[in-house]
Amino acid sequence: MKIIILGAGQVGTTVAYNLSNEANDITVVDQESSLLRDLQDRLDIRTVLGKASHPSVLERAGADDADMVIAVTNSDETNMVACQTAWTLFHTPTKIARVRAPEYLAHPALFSQGALPIDVLISPEQLVTDYILRLIEHPGALQVLDFAGGRVRLVAVSAYYGGPLVGHELRTLNEHLRGAEARVAAIYRKGRAIQPEGHTVIEPDDEVFFVAASNNIPAVMAELRKAEKPFRRLIFAGGGNIGRRLASSLENDYRVKIIEHNEQQARRVSEDLRHTIVLQGDAADEDLLLEENIEDTDVFCAVTNDDEANILSAMLAKRLGARKVMALINRAAYVDLVQSGAVDIAISPQHATIGTLLTHVRRGDVVMVHSLRRGAAEAIEAVAHGDKVSSKVVGRAVEDIKLPEGTSIGAVVRGDEVIIAHHDTVIESEDHVILFLTDKRRITDVERLFQVGITFL
Amino acid sequence: MSFAAVQRILGLLLMVFSFSLLPPFLVSLIAQDGAVIAFTSAFALTFGVGIISWLPVRNQRRELRLRDGFVIVVMFWTVLSAIGALPFVLAHHPHLSLTDAVFESVSGLTTTGATVITELETLPMSILYYRQQLQWLGGMGIIVLAVAVLPMLGIGGMQLYRAETPGPMKDNKLTPRITETAKALWYIYLGLTIACGLAYWVAGMSVFDAIGHAFSTVAIGGFSTHDASIGYFNSPLIDMIAVVFMLLAGVNFSLHFVAFRHRSIRGYWQDSEFRFYLLLLSLVILFTVLGLYATETYDDFEDALVNGLFQAVSIGTTAGFTTAEFYNWPGFIAILLLFSSFVGGCAGSTGGGIKVIRLLLLVKQGMREITRLVHPSAHIPVRIGTKTVDSRVVEAVWGFFALYVASFTVMYLALASTGLDLMTAFSAVAASINNLGPGLEGVGPHYAEMHDPGKWILCFAMLLGRLEIFTLLVLLTPAFWRR
Repeated sequence: MKIIILGAGQVGTTVAYNLSNEANDITVVDQESSLLRDLQDRLDIRTVLGKASHPSVLERAGADDADMVIAVTNSDETNMVACQTAWTLFHTPTKIARVRAPEYLAHPALFSQGALPIDVLISPEQLVTDYILRLIEHPGALQVLDFAGGRVRLVAVSAYYGGPLVGHELRTLNEHLRGAEARVAAIYRKGRAIQPEGHTVIEPDDEVFFVAASNNIPAVMAELRKAEKPFRRLIFAGGGNIGRRLASSLENDYRVKIIEHNEQQARRVSEDLRHTIVLQGDAADEDLLLEENIEDTDVFCAVTNDDEANILSAMLAKRLGARKVMALINRAAYVDLVQSGAVDIAISPQHATIGTLLTHVRRGDVVMVHSLRRGAAEAIEAVAHGDKVSSKVVGRAVEDIKLPEGTSIGAVVRGDEVIIAHHDTVIESEDHVILFLTDKRRITDVERLFQVGITFL
Repeated sequence: MSFAAVQRILGLLLMVFSFSLLPPFLVSLIAQDGAVIAFTSAFALTFGVGIISWLPVRNQRRELRLRDGFVIVVMFWTVLSAIGALPFVLAHHPHLSLTDAVFESVSGLTTTGATVITELETLPMSILYYRQQLQWLGGMGIIVLAVAVLPMLGIGGMQLYRAETPGPMKDNKLTPRITETAKALWYIYLGLTIACGLAYWVAGMSVFDAIGHAFSTVAIGGFSTHDASIGYFNSPLIDMIAVVFMLLAGVNFSLHFVAFRHRSIRGYWQDSEFRFYLLLLSLVILFTVLGLYATETYDDFEDALVNGLFQAVSIGTTAGFTTAEFYNWPGFIAILLLFSSFVGGCAGSTGGGIKVIRLLLLVKQGMREITRLVHPSAHIPVRIGTKTVDSRVVEAVWGFFALYVASFTVMYLALASTGLDLMTAFSAVAASINNLGPGLEGVGPHYAEMHDPGKWILCFAMLLGRLEIFTLLVLLTPAFWRR
């Protein structure tokens, strides 16, 4: 696939990195030559210097025969105009743009084919917000990912001593659950994936990925670790886009506080939010945190745009007694450094965003992609088409499908029904199949599996 | 400061006002009650003074400045009150002294409703009509003043109202031009009056009483053509009609306007001042009715309900009609009612008092200070509806409240120093500054027994309350007159 990425910022770089590993022709456009040089040194891509929305720049980037334009410069307007240019002058089939301003997003009519021809809008702040919201909804989870419009969720938890299932074989899981069903999609032990089988024994500190219908998730989690009380008191450090969105969606059900350093910003946020207490001050100020009863806080989540400040304030909050601390961390190296150690959950905005883009790069009818474990693993939702002759999955039981190594089928969504996969579950046409790949290099095999043969028309 | 421009406007105002003496003149002609001469001479005098002040400066067309605005607004009430006293002085019956006539006139125009006249039924019909009409004109003046003029001068309840802009009803400056706004409000005012008059008439009042009481009900005045006020009719139906129209007149008129224009009553409920107004009144009604029943002031629960409801609304909106001698009710209820008049109506209504929205802001500001003690670093905006109120406005409201309390205290002390008993003095000042009317103890039924200095103090209190304190006090500061 020929893909043009406009903007070599954080998102652009991550996208380029993820896509260039998959035999795509990537061209990155930016106005900053040093950024481009840096990228070209590390990745096998082409770079073009210039303003992303200018036709001549797009032409030099090969817009003539590009399959996709991904506009992720830091200006909404540039992104929108670039997509317009790509469509009007070069007829680029797929145009993805990052648009942040809620003012634009509130009017979907703006982005129709007759107006601004943008096929997919991504708003990283919204994606990160949703990501954090799901984590807060499920105390104890390291990651919660939605499939099939939220009917099925993939949850990552680390198993603890005291969880009823810990130390037992996996096959006993569904007996424990009594009615609720779940399937363990992958287990990571000391950073390495092991293929879950019926006789696999879950050990403490295993990172377990399981798939279940949304309403069964608390029951499953209770098997793997001591049941946690729901969160109630939340503190967010940083009243930017993310902090404000989080507070406004949570303030009716939780007790929310926001700590914002900038006085004017603090005032603006306080005027926007109804029930949230907006505190002006430094999130790493010990006195302020103690004054606001940090020891009784369930979640402290640092979401400023400064990685170091996020990590340090989260560590401080943890030491002062916050039950769970999270930090938003852009730099991949830091994520590995602090995850599950100094900070309970490190949130990487790139990973929250990249899945949406990957969804459109994947061949076959893929409706959702989530990138996991810093891009090494992937969970995808693919739709099966065709019949027993033309498709390699339809009409076959799960055990008969020739899945690549390290790949497992977690669940099948048929219409509104959620079916947790068993070895004898038969896939039908139009089923949404949720797969977990511990090794992303197998992705082409999976794509091929879901592509319909020539005979199917 | 341009005296010529102010003089020109006042001259015009007097000439316009002189025509308001014509309807009572006609009433007098029809009723043959002997007040024809009084109204004729009052008309001639008013018109004459008006034209004499207007003629020399009629070509003055200078743009009015902010300071001229203050002078005109204050003059509007003081000069008209003085001129409005003429018929009371000139008529053979009641033939009031100057003090009494001015008191009656101020009380009428400020829609207070305190009266010095006893045995109202013996008065000439035209004088009775004239009193009711004074209140109606006063109420209309207040609406235009409160919604259109005072906000321009930067004071008054509507000023802080404007800061609000409740979500869906964005057009709170009702129309782009001020004359259009005034006209729209006038239609609403007139419409309410007609509806009220018709309702009274259907409920059994005579045409004369229906018109007169409609005038003073919609103006939230409190003048009546009978000594026993609304109680004279002894009809629960009339009581309830009065309650409904007093409630309506106590609501911000711009809400009526929005409801009228959008043909929807949704706007009322979305308004936080309106909700708070209803909440406060409901509480007062509840305590009054329960109190009356518990103290066995009325044996019958129905009587307690009707009288308690009527009196709570009448005093709470600062109308001051009575169906019962509430000043003889148990002390707790009487003083509760008196205190409820301090809150009064909504901003932009004909009601008096501090105004509901100011109280709402004071309460919210108080809550904010309490929260601040718990979270010293927190930013806590003061909100009305969904909109944040500027701290400048909150400061102004505190300033207003402080001056209100201070003015009240000074006048209370002044009145008490003349030898009145303390409850009479307290309630008289409260009833005047809140534009309520009837007080407690010695000033319950009427003010006839009040001595002259007391009446002048109360006149000042009524004007002070009506002009939202700031307008009148700013004229008393040296800085205002310095060039």
